[in-house]
Amino acid sequence: MPYVPHSPEETREMLEVIGVNSVDDLFAEIPIELRPKSFNLPKGMSEMAVLEKMEKIAARNTTNLTSFLGAGFYDHFIPTAVDALISRSEFYTAYTPYQPEASQGTLQAIFEYQTAMARLLDLPYANASVYDGGTALYEATLMAVRKTKRRKIIVSEALNPIYRVMLDSYTTNLNLELITVPHNHGRTNIKSLTAIIDKDTAAVIVQNPNFFGSVNDFTDLFTTVHEHKAIAIMSTYPVLQSVLKTPGQMGADIAVAEGQSIGQPLSFGGPYLGVMTCSKALVRQMPGRMAGRTEDGEGKTGYVLTLQAREQHIRRQKATSNICSNQALCALRTLIHLCLLGEEGMRRTAGLSIERAHYAADRLTSIDGVELFTKGPFGNEFAVTLPVNAFEVIDKLTERGIIPGFPLGRYYEGLENGLLIACTEKTTEEQIGIFAEILRGTL
Amino acid sequence: MKTVFKKSVPGREGVWPEKPKSKIEDFIPADMLRESSGMPSLSELDVVRHFTKLSMKNFGVDSNFYPLGSCTMKYNPKFTEQVAALPGFARLHPVISQLKGAGRHCQGALEVVFETERMLSELCGMADFTMHPMAGAHGELTGVMLIAAYHRDKGNKKTKIICPDSAHGTNPASAAIAGYDVVSVESHDGIITPEALAEVLDDEVAAVMMTCPNTLGLFETHLPEIVKMIHEKDALLYYDGANMNAIMGKMRVGDAGFDVVHLNLHKTLATPHGGGGPGSGPVGVCEKLTPFLPISRVKKLEDGQYYLDYDAPKSIGYVAPFYGNFGVYLKAYAYMLRLGREGLTRATENAVLSANYMRKRLEDDYEIPYNRICMHEFVASAVKQAKNGVRALDVAKALLDKGHHAPTIYFPQIVKECMMFEPTETESKETLDQFLDDMIEIARLSDSDPDFIKNAPTTLSVSRLDETKAARDMVITDDIE
Repeated sequence: MPYVPHSPEETREMLEVIGVNSVDDLFAEIPIELRPKSFNLPKGMSEMAVLEKMEKIAARNTTNLTSFLGAGFYDHFIPTAVDALISRSEFYTAYTPYQPEASQGTLQAIFEYQTAMARLLDLPYANASVYDGGTALYEATLMAVRKTKRRKIIVSEALNPIYRVMLDSYTTNLNLELITVPHNHGRTNIKSLTAIIDKDTAAVIVQNPNFFGSVNDFTDLFTTVHEHKAIAIMSTYPVLQSVLKTPGQMGADIAVAEGQSIGQPLSFGGPYLGVMTCSKALVRQMPGRMAGRTEDGEGKTGYVLTLQAREQHIRRQKATSNICSNQALCALRTLIHLCLLGEEGMRRTAGLSIERAHYAADRLTSIDGVELFTKGPFGNEFAVTLPVNAFEVIDKLTERGIIPGFPLGRYYEGLENGLLIACTEKTTEEQIGIFAEILRGTL
Repeated sequence: MKTVFKKSVPGREGVWPEKPKSKIEDFIPADMLRESSGMPSLSELDVVRHFTKLSMKNFGVDSNFYPLGSCTMKYNPKFTEQVAALPGFARLHPVISQLKGAGRHCQGALEVVFETERMLSELCGMADFTMHPMAGAHGELTGVMLIAAYHRDKGNKKTKIICPDSAHGTNPASAAIAGYDVVSVESHDGIITPEALAEVLDDEVAAVMMTCPNTLGLFETHLPEIVKMIHEKDALLYYDGANMNAIMGKMRVGDAGFDVVHLNLHKTLATPHGGGGPGSGPVGVCEKLTPFLPISRVKKLEDGQYYLDYDAPKSIGYVAPFYGNFGVYLKAYAYMLRLGREGLTRATENAVLSANYMRKRLEDDYEIPYNRICMHEFVASAVKQAKNGVRALDVAKALLDKGHHAPTIYFPQIVKECMMFEPTETESKETLDQFLDDMIEIARLSDSDPDFIKNAPTTLSVSRLDETKAARDMVITDDIE
């Protein structure tokens, strides 16, 4: 049997030491009525056969089309050294660093990741990551509820709808009031958001750039949030955060992000990572792991998991969250990716992605009947309205080798003709040109 | 070692893409932009060397025996990494499945979701599984949300969840975060008795969360009666799958009467732990809970085509943005295919064999509080050593100096000076023997030279670290003084 080393002779020796006659004797305590009624799993296969089978399955997925899909999940180039470094088995076969002296590699990397996220989102404290951007937002919401002891949550409709449906699920049993404020032609409706903040408001949740790609400045909104002693939560896109005005500059109390776009392959939805950062006043409410700097007996610098008194293995039902892991290897990928590109590389990545999106917007809106839906400044993503149903257009263009974007009608009633289009530094002007020509021919 | 930020040299070129033709200010007003983000400027080699050096300060399963109880640190076969990296999987955008007719572009991925759910259902004897939860604790939360939805649908007013005192800390935390009051039940001689359960089991109990074998490595021998008692109150029985490696092919939790189960694929099914994640925590349910599973479900048509079904009016909704940690459970699927029915059963048998062998060989030198046949792990105590001032923590640190990772210590909390060992099936007898010899030597040194043990570790990049200082200073980034 693969991966089981004991020979029959060794098994016999071990059974003798234990003082039983057979391996079956070790399971004698399992009552007969609890034994399996069936166990019809297939027979095992050789490594070669499994690899062949999996290659065939993988070939039934289409990944060779030119894609303009984004919707919060972006296909940026990942430097080769990211995969080479995370393949170090000392990183990927280690557990959560409970024995800090034997885990300084993981711990220092988490500390550096926290530093990178705190700088990128421009808030002083960051945790070691949570599962994904959606769960980060949910945990941020609970932080605000605990801190303010209030139950009303105001959410912009221009927040990624995937996160909005996750928030709905998670808060079902918690007696929270979620109020969704409609977007205004793809713009985050700052006026309406501001108008409904009151003394019962725990948090206001907005996104920048919002789901339609629109870039915002929430400084005034967050001032109003603070006047009501509520918590300002902002979801952001980490690649563009290397150039955009920061959550910290706008006055956010908690900033979260889906970390996928820096270093993670798309991989059909995961594993990704949820980035979480916050102000000093909220750090003890923040869930998840955190690595802190300290010293050993000789004064040598080292790192440990810290503030564990908030966590489930000590506090049990009184913990800030049930979460007991981070996405350590994903966080490491993000950190290495950021280090390889550095300040200039990240700026260029953001710049190229924005430039290509504006080129695409120009080319596509030169087609009769195609109009820019996203008003005002946008980043690497924008929405257009088509003269016909977007689902149909996507279907037709996919046949021609292009996935033109995401249909807004999937989540927004009345926007059935809306198409959300994303570019990254991998998108070429040539691909955009072909897209535009095929679209023109289709309409 | 300096942090990577302190190594930055302004102007040094990294892995840069080409320069954009235009300025960002041409598209976005300058007052909506930031100055420097503070990322370092380093060459590719600077970065490669920094992280390679960091990796050398870590223990991992490939380099060290890692008998960390409750964590199932088994060997992670290399071929599964290659499976997850296949471009047909790694490059697949998740929203492609939501486009009209685009199911045809992700048939392979949908097949993996569907088949993994089928195999896990057969492994555990459950009616169905969801792959969406992204880690064990996330699976627990999902499981408790399913329990809440079930009772809400039936109009049951249930406010409490019972957890044994030996339960993993996540169980009460998951129950609480889902809105329940947590009630503890005491174990007797290491297990739950019907009498103890009867004292706390009333009509307001929504569920009882158990793991079997429990965290002491003991089989819950009263399980058949416990199942009956719980179901008579229309409460549900939850199985914490952290200890699944003890029972594959020997017991199926569904057949045994459990209603909800989460698995930790990063434990039982050999996907790497990654230094703390990413994991995967799929949840299995019995027939009556299937209508509540998260959206969306992968279904199979008669012609063999797969599609996503969003029509689930009773569903708890979305717990993950898409289909969970696909790139993780892909590896677990490949591992299950490789081992098959027999291989998985052998894995369990050898895990239990190795644990009992270790328990037996340690019994003369360490206190074994429940010294009887255990399952895949067992608990020892350093109370004998504590007489000389050597505590479980000291034994753990001395093991690090011997090149072994430590066991889980001070858990479960009901055992004094607790050390929980889980060898897993993949470690050879020589490895176990070397470890056991070292454990016995540490016990002897605890008598003859306790200070030597209390000063460990001395061979690693740092000696014992001041955790109080870390919590007080709260220096969690390079920018906090």
